[in-house]
Amino acid sequence: MTKTRSPIRSNVGLKAVMAVTGILLVLFLIAHMLGNLKVFTGETSFDHYAHWLRDIGKPLLPGVWFLWILRTVLVVAVVAHIVAATVLARRARAARPVKYAHRKKVNGSYAARTMRWGGVIILLFVIYHLLDLTTGTLNPVGNESKPYGNVVADFAPERWYVTLFYTLAIVTVGFHLRHGAFSAFRSLGQQTPRGERRARTAALVFAVLLCAGYLVVPFAVLTGLVS
Amino acid sequence: MNLTLRIWRQKGPEDKGRMVTYPVDDVSPDMSFLEMLDVLNERLILSGEDPVAFDHDCREGICGMCGLMINGDAHGPQRGTTACQLHMRQFKDGETIDIEPWRASAFPVVKDLVVNRSAFDRIIAAGGYVTAPTGSAPEAHSTPVAKANADAAFESAACIGCGACVAACPNGSGMLFTAAKLTQLSLLPQGQPERYTRVIGMVDAHDEAGFGGCTNAGECTPACPKGIPLDTIGRLNRDYLTATAKGANNTPGS
Repeated sequence: MTKTRSPIRSNVGLKAVMAVTGILLVLFLIAHMLGNLKVFTGETSFDHYAHWLRDIGKPLLPGVWFLWILRTVLVVAVVAHIVAATVLARRARAARPVKYAHRKKVNGSYAARTMRWGGVIILLFVIYHLLDLTTGTLNPVGNESKPYGNVVADFAPERWYVTLFYTLAIVTVGFHLRHGAFSAFRSLGQQTPRGERRARTAALVFAVLLCAGYLVVPFAVLTGLVS
Repeated sequence: MNLTLRIWRQKGPEDKGRMVTYPVDDVSPDMSFLEMLDVLNERLILSGEDPVAFDHDCREGICGMCGLMINGDAHGPQRGTTACQLHMRQFKDGETIDIEPWRASAFPVVKDLVVNRSAFDRIIAAGGYVTAPTGSAPEAHSTPVAKANADAAFESAACIGCGACVAACPNGSGMLFTAAKLTQLSLLPQGQPERYTRVIGMVDAHDEAGFGGCTNAGECTPACPKGIPLDTIGRLNRDYLTATAKGANNTPGS
């Protein structure tokens, strides 16, 4: 017998791809959240930090090289994550051509059930978010040299719909991670009942902390704590 | 008890099929679910109609032949129970019960509630065995096995291959079955020589049969009449990734 398909295209291989790329993206999310929290240290400090981001690795790498390396890694991870998810979703659909006439809501968690559409919502949000605070196209100020001002203008009380969309997107990320973080461990071979309990708890705690860390910024602007 | 059954009727593999309603009176709560279907079939035969085809054999929960989607639950509402061991006392008088076959492209409907589960046989044939001649049962102490491994292997060996995991899975995945058939060998010394060719072969056969992938949704374990734990799938994932890293192929023993 010969190998029928490349291991990475098997159902297990694709899940491993999703797990590894997901972990990369989660590491970025943690760093991004910690950076956001610098908004509480004041305008000068935050703007200084934001400008430093463009110069990471400066003496070693010229100009914005590190930034572009990081962006390339993230884009590759996002694309691989989405491609693997799409292939798996199509296979899952093909695996059950005739639906059940009577099927209860599945027993699994809400988070597990909404992974696919949640992912689509997150993708749409990321596109908006880049146009808003990276390119400044959709930002009311859009001044590249004043990121603090951009953030404050973004979440101003009269732009409540932006805050609402941001909140919804972050909560979706939270749900995505609640199942996704546990699932990544399982896809990479977590196999004991005790490890499963720990992984599930860790995923829940992590998702809640990450949500809180991201949401505290717009609500601080909304309540005037940061202005 | 008086019940209304809505049963999937399909004349053959090519027929489109539909849900048909049958009122069934005078059902004893002490009947098993399959006995209740026997009663319906006797009445259908007497009135000159085609009886409902359904799979069954041992009727004591160990052969894995029976398998019905009852009100959207694989094997019905009672956990850890096959459809044949499910009793009518689990239902209320006057209830409407929907009965459907397992739904998966890898399990095509043969007739009514009977599906063809040979995809599972192909997964077993792709590596779910040991090629070393083992003879009759050896003296238990001659090959030491750690208690934890023996327990986990036995837990997986309880799989009866009924297909409830596939039926319950939102992705139509057969990973719990495949993982159970791997684990019962991969945790024992006798299963080691072919451990990494076995996992490649069985996952290949699983994917080729048209089952979906596992998303760790956790639907299978509650539906499994033998309660095979979900973490069994993690062991399959680990073995598959290790086998891939070792560059193993699916030729047994190579």
